[in-house]
Amino acid sequence: MTGGPDAAWPREERARMSRKVLLIEDEPNITEAIRFLLTREGWQVETHAEGTDAVEVIVASRPDLVILDVMLPGKSGMDILRDLRELEGMSKLPVLMLTARGQLRDREMAEKAGVSRFMTKPFSNTEVLTAVRDLHAQASQG
Amino acid sequence: MARDTLTGSRIRERRLIAGLRQADLARNVGISPSYLNLIEHNRRRIGGKLLVDIASALSVEPSMLTEGAEAALIAALREAAADATNVQAETDRVDEFAGRFPGWASVLAQTHRRIGSLERTVETLSDRLTHDPHLASSLHEVLSTAAAIRSTAAILAEPGEIEPEWRDRFHRNIHQDAERLAESSRALVGYLDESEAEDDHRGVPMEQVEAFFAAHGYHFPQIEDGEEVASVALDDLESSAARLIARRVLEEYAADARALPLQALAAELRDDEIDPLQLAVRTGVDFATVLRRLACLPESLMPRATGLVLCDASGSILFRKSVPGFALPRHGESCPLWPLFTALNRPLVPIRRRVAQMGRAAAEFDCYAIAWPQKVTEFDADPIYRSAMLILPVDSADFGRLNAQQVGSSCRICPKSDCAARREPSILSEGF
Repeated sequence: MTGGPDAAWPREERARMSRKVLLIEDEPNITEAIRFLLTREGWQVETHAEGTDAVEVIVASRPDLVILDVMLPGKSGMDILRDLRELEGMSKLPVLMLTARGQLRDREMAEKAGVSRFMTKPFSNTEVLTAVRDLHAQASQG
Repeated sequence: MARDTLTGSRIRERRLIAGLRQADLARNVGISPSYLNLIEHNRRRIGGKLLVDIASALSVEPSMLTEGAEAALIAALREAAADATNVQAETDRVDEFAGRFPGWASVLAQTHRRIGSLERTVETLSDRLTHDPHLASSLHEVLSTAAAIRSTAAILAEPGEIEPEWRDRFHRNIHQDAERLAESSRALVGYLDESEAEDDHRGVPMEQVEAFFAAHGYHFPQIEDGEEVASVALDDLESSAARLIARRVLEEYAADARALPLQALAAELRDDEIDPLQLAVRTGVDFATVLRRLACLPESLMPRATGLVLCDASGSILFRKSVPGFALPRHGESCPLWPLFTALNRPLVPIRRRVAQMGRAAAEFDCYAIAWPQKVTEFDADPIYRSAMLILPVDSADFGRLNAQQVGSSCRICPKSDCAARREPSILSEGF
């Protein structure tokens, strides 16, 4: 697992960061772009690029929101989500799923596995930011 | 003359309509013109693969040749009625319908055939998109790189300055991703072009091996004559993985041929009925060997079509020889109700089941299967099991005589909704 906000952000800015997102994605440049966007929005961003131990990493990290790629080395995002939802206290954790496959049945499969929002690649930055804001707002209200 | 003895005359009639010379059609289906002449004059009975090949060469359904146009039309209408959902057709009046409105009846039958053909196309494409590992990873690579470029470019295009360190990093990332995108797009287009040009989808070594065996008619005379496996040229196989797999399959073929030589097997074959278990008893050879041997006989000994599937204990398909009417998915994830998998639950027990595949025309098949342990070379080592299933099409006159077990191809294209073995929803369930 790699670090949080970049040193490019002022100390006081980082100090007020309390919301944490865990980004599980094996494409480093997508990770970098999303990390930049969310950090700028005030999120603390942790990243992970492996599927095999992703569930353990989520449990240990206790994020406010997870962004999860479907095709990951070792274990698919779909299986990670299913296993996660089985765990106590993880049924309502907001999970935004990113995938290269946007067919209806993939969407249905993700919904069945317990996804909060499903987004197909290539997505726009606005879509990601809006989804993260919405999901966090819904979780805060609920 | 009885209806089914006129098959030869119908072949002749259809050949003339198609404007083909006897020699052309004979060459097309791999028989001599004199043999075709005997068939056309109803002096040789015809069935099995040869009938299917001739029907295919003449672009007609096999039943059109064996039963005539009206019977074929009525059969097609019955199939259309059976496949309809939430609608009850007056099947007891199908003869009257076909007789009074032959044009409309033909339109209906043709439309039903077209739907079947489109479903098979969807099945193939869906199977490919889902299971072709090369295609799936190539598409993922292209779309992920595009996502990275889009996201990074949007950050750089935003009004206002960003830190020089971030800007330089994003510029570098875009350059890297653009290079990767160009490379992965070229590779993907090359792969698709190659597949289209060859009219098949040999994306993985196993498919190359299957294409290689199909090109040889699943029969290797030199091995039957006692020559080494090395005598079979494997140059047509592109990858070393495919050549390795082919060599292993051929080594098993050679061992089977030594255990049950062609001559000994031919002496035990009966014209009208094939009973693999009796063959095993009479020849003293194990049941699995008999199943594999029956699937690799030349047409002169086995005029009917045969299919074969081999799998390991995980259910992964190791080898397939397809048979018309019985859909075999290209990669894994087959219907767990196949006798092939039932056999894994009861190792060493020969299994026979009559099955009908859901979502297909109402064809039935006799499936023979057995699972057996591979040779163990160490004490206390767990044996590795394999399973084989021979698929024999049932003559249409026998359809419905036994209670056929309903099986599928794979869940994704199986219409059976209340199946205890279902793993995932069917893409055909929404009335496709």
